[in-house]
Amino acid sequence: MQRFRFWLICLLLAAAAPLHAQERVNVVASFSILGDFVKNVGGDRVDVTTLVGRNGDVHVYDPAPSDAKTIAGAKLLVINGLGLEGWLPRLLQSSGSKAPIITATRGIAPLKIGSDADPHAWQSVANAKIYVANISDALVVADPADAEVFRANAQAYLARLDALDREVREAVAKIPPSRRKVISTHDAFGYFAAAYGIEFVAPLGVSTESEASARDIAGIITEIKREKIPAVFLENISDPRLIRRISAETGARIGGTLYSDSLTGEKGDAPTYIELVRHNIKALTGALAD
Amino acid sequence: MIYDALIAPFTEFEFMRRALAAVIALALGGAPIGVFLMLRRMSLVGDAMAHAILPGAAIGFLLSGLNLFAMTTGGLIAGFTVAILAGMVSRSTGLKEDASLATFYLVSLALGVTIVSIKGTNIDLLHVLFGNILAMDDPTLLVIASNATITLLVLAVIYRPLVIESVDPLFLRTVSRAGAPSHLAFLALVVINLVNGFQALGTLLAVGLMILPAGIARFWSRDITGMICIAVASAILSGYAGLVLSFETKVPSGPAIILTAAVLYVGSVLFGSVGGLFRQMFPGRHLEA
Repeated sequence: MQRFRFWLICLLLAAAAPLHAQERVNVVASFSILGDFVKNVGGDRVDVTTLVGRNGDVHVYDPAPSDAKTIAGAKLLVINGLGLEGWLPRLLQSSGSKAPIITATRGIAPLKIGSDADPHAWQSVANAKIYVANISDALVVADPADAEVFRANAQAYLARLDALDREVREAVAKIPPSRRKVISTHDAFGYFAAAYGIEFVAPLGVSTESEASARDIAGIITEIKREKIPAVFLENISDPRLIRRISAETGARIGGTLYSDSLTGEKGDAPTYIELVRHNIKALTGALAD
Repeated sequence: MIYDALIAPFTEFEFMRRALAAVIALALGGAPIGVFLMLRRMSLVGDAMAHAILPGAAIGFLLSGLNLFAMTTGGLIAGFTVAILAGMVSRSTGLKEDASLATFYLVSLALGVTIVSIKGTNIDLLHVLFGNILAMDDPTLLVIASNATITLLVLAVIYRPLVIESVDPLFLRTVSRAGAPSHLAFLALVVINLVNGFQALGTLLAVGLMILPAGIARFWSRDITGMICIAVASAILSGYAGLVLSFETKVPSGPAIILTAAVLYVGSVLFGSVGGLFRQMFPGRHLEA
């Protein structure tokens, strides 16, 4: 019995040892854009895992058992909050995780859609800076030894975001004010619209789950014709045929794809948050220019 | 006023005209199929098939990404395989058609989930595959229309053996060998109609416009020809009324069409001339006349 206990302890130590040897902090982010922020702040001091991967739809995600395992092994869990991850509470409960949870949108005044908060706050670069600051603070608490690294990384990344913000504003300024209006299938761009003054009209509700009625589509077609909206945009998640139909019926130009809720793969148009915003603003200026 | 509500939506918006054309084509192809499904007690086959096509769609997705054509073709192949295998098993053994179909579709679904997980993506493939009645483009409309044409032509060819087999399979077996081929051709038609219906309109609408009108027709006619005509007519009527309802209120179009059909169904259950509840309660007058 003694002997057995000895081996058992040895085994436990052996299992626990790698965690100590490798000092990287295990961070789990709920979706790919948050994962990108964490990677930029954490650098090589953190291991980031995202629950909803690239190109995945975070609104309708169906967690797998492996996700519970991922969460259980995390030192820190980064979520967006504002009701985006509706599937998360049950997953947390079943994983039995004790990791602190950081809500990256803390301190952002949410826009409202109906009576609910609009969760897509990262679409404004100014908000992205708040995300980064929150994540940096949380990482410092989770791993005080690397605090300096995290602060320096965050400073560098915030400077790049500032430059990005200026870039977007300059690009929008070149579009004639009367043409700053587009249709997109997914009204994920509320914060973008509020920050940069481009109006988005959407045929579906705030969630990609709801189905459009004939009344909605007719309303949009009438709206495009009345307001002379120059462009409609496809989304990387919703049904593109609906947009094509609206475009065929109104003569509005079909813009490229706008990425809203997820990054693309490494070879796609939007492998990082900064590239995502750049891609979106390029697509918008391209379609809205005369 | 009545013009504004019932006709103006269609003259004003092209997408409404296209939706109406799609619903009519779907009714012409799907409703007769639905009648035969009902007579063969296979009314739930549509929902089973919606799951059975998953592995085919997933393989199409693995080979060529989010390509609708590849995914639909894959879905068709998977659907055919499941339907034909189930049909063959039930014809050659004692297992009933619904039981063998249930087995095959569950296996197919499990296979599909496995294949999807290989790619490690969480995109809902079926969600991508299922279309919307309001988004009819030219290719989709053409597919639905040719689909309805093929269905009607093939049904015309296999009509006799199919009817006899639905009513008295033993008799057919004694007089003809057309039973098996016509049964399999019928299953193939079911799959084509469903998969194309899913791709164009979504599950609810494709299955609903097939089965509900058959249920309605059952209460108004005793012979199969009459049932088919009534089923087609009620499918077209609920399609039209559902589109108008979706235009006037904000109900999504698919559910609006099916709910309209459901109202017709409830009316038929209550007042239908064949076995409707009122007729059962007051049968006397009918017999005297």
